[in-house]
Amino acid sequence: MDHSATTPVDSLVVDAMLPFFSEIFGNASSLHSFGTEAAEALSLARKQVADAIGALPEEIIFTSGGTESDNLAIRGVVPFNEGKKHIITSVIEHPAVLNTCSFLESLGHEVTYVPVDVDGIIDVKVLEESIRKNTAIISVMHANNEVGTIQPIEEISGIAKEHNIYFHTDAVQSVGKIPVNVDDLGVDMLSISSHKIHGPKGVGALYVRNGTNISPIVFGGNHEKGMRSGTENVSGIVGFGKAMELAAERLSEDSVHMTRMRDSLISRVFDTISDVRLNGHPSKRLPNNVNMSFKYAEGESMLMLLDMQGVAVSTGSACSSKSLKASHVLSALRIEDEFIHGSLRMSLGRENTMDDIDHMVDALQETITKLRAMSPLADR
Amino acid sequence: MYSKKVMEEFSNPANVGVVEDADGVGEVGSTIDGDIINISIKVKDNILEDVKFKTFGCVVAISTSSAVVKLAKGKTVDEAMALTNEDVISYLDGLPEGKDRCSGFALDALKMAINDYIHKNK
Repeated sequence: MDHSATTPVDSLVVDAMLPFFSEIFGNASSLHSFGTEAAEALSLARKQVADAIGALPEEIIFTSGGTESDNLAIRGVVPFNEGKKHIITSVIEHPAVLNTCSFLESLGHEVTYVPVDVDGIIDVKVLEESIRKNTAIISVMHANNEVGTIQPIEEISGIAKEHNIYFHTDAVQSVGKIPVNVDDLGVDMLSISSHKIHGPKGVGALYVRNGTNISPIVFGGNHEKGMRSGTENVSGIVGFGKAMELAAERLSEDSVHMTRMRDSLISRVFDTISDVRLNGHPSKRLPNNVNMSFKYAEGESMLMLLDMQGVAVSTGSACSSKSLKASHVLSALRIEDEFIHGSLRMSLGRENTMDDIDHMVDALQETITKLRAMSPLADR
Repeated sequence: MYSKKVMEEFSNPANVGVVEDADGVGEVGSTIDGDIINISIKVKDNILEDVKFKTFGCVVAISTSSAVVKLAKGKTVDEAMALTNEDVISYLDGLPEGKDRCSGFALDALKMAINDYIHKNK
């Protein structure tokens, strides 16, 4: 129930990767036959990734994952675009985008963080009003990693195009859950991560539309047409390619299955547990995301009790985070502190079943009952 | 990352509740911080005869509450007042780095309850 954190690698993906450790171990840059085999595998993976999102193979740059892709998109475009020093993003982006922006701010660039409504949808009007003559890029995530809210990307990319500004979206959470097509979305750049879609960790891609003026952030031996130097992670990229192919093939089946489980989980929690709220948009949300808050129960305590019952979830509560700060996303949705402390994200995957939902509901009931019996707030 | 002892106190806390006709009550925290610890005591012949807690909060808040109550129960008022945060942490076989920030809250609640008792019996 924590698939937004990561997913198990699909067995077909493992099978595709295995030959690339000891048998086909060549360096894709080498000219001999060992290298050529590796290079061919990279081309196939590039095509698999491109096909899955409606892009051209040459528009795919392999990276070490979603975080590097976000960094490359923003740091590759902003400092090198004719004195354009302004970035527009949202307050609920992933730290990979937010911390990249705050780093650029420290170097003298300007950033506008556009607010969201109580469901987590970005304020498009404020975004449009924030556009300046020197705006280099707009970066807004496709779907939020905590509350699953899906943003009106087509609308935002249209605005960006009108003003001749590059548009990047972090699609790490949406790929494999909802349709992601670069032309339909109208994006110039799009970040993808392999391990969120049953691929291996440590690999991802940035889609960069042909003609985009972007500079590398990693320099070296000019791999990936100079856009990302460093010997390619061949086995990882092969696995990522296979995972993208499978994600595209299974998308409609997976999303129906996950939506059914999601809606069942939400309605059963509302039916059986009191003082609950759903965080995020009721319908414009990822098929696999359930984020709910329980009054009089604290997130980390719920997480640990659920873990003892064999259920893995995550929480936006302050105590559970390394920074000891409550979720910036839930705060941006203006959710009361009491509910933020009691928030749980339950994120589903294709291998979950309705039995898992039954178990989740039972475990939640037991956990909440136990913690509320302990809470001095519950009887006030 | 938590010690076995912490998880034991957290998952099976003893002495949860409110002491009837309490001689002293202490409460610290707020819903904004995300931790509220309420400790109530019954004192007889200068001894903490009964101590109970009710806690809303994280693993550390609950496990330290349970630990503080166990450490204080049966002690004299002076002995209980002399308990330190180190006593609580060592009873729990240590707390992970960065998680000791709110470990003192339960002890604060206990001492507030004892002060409440002392104040009422002046």
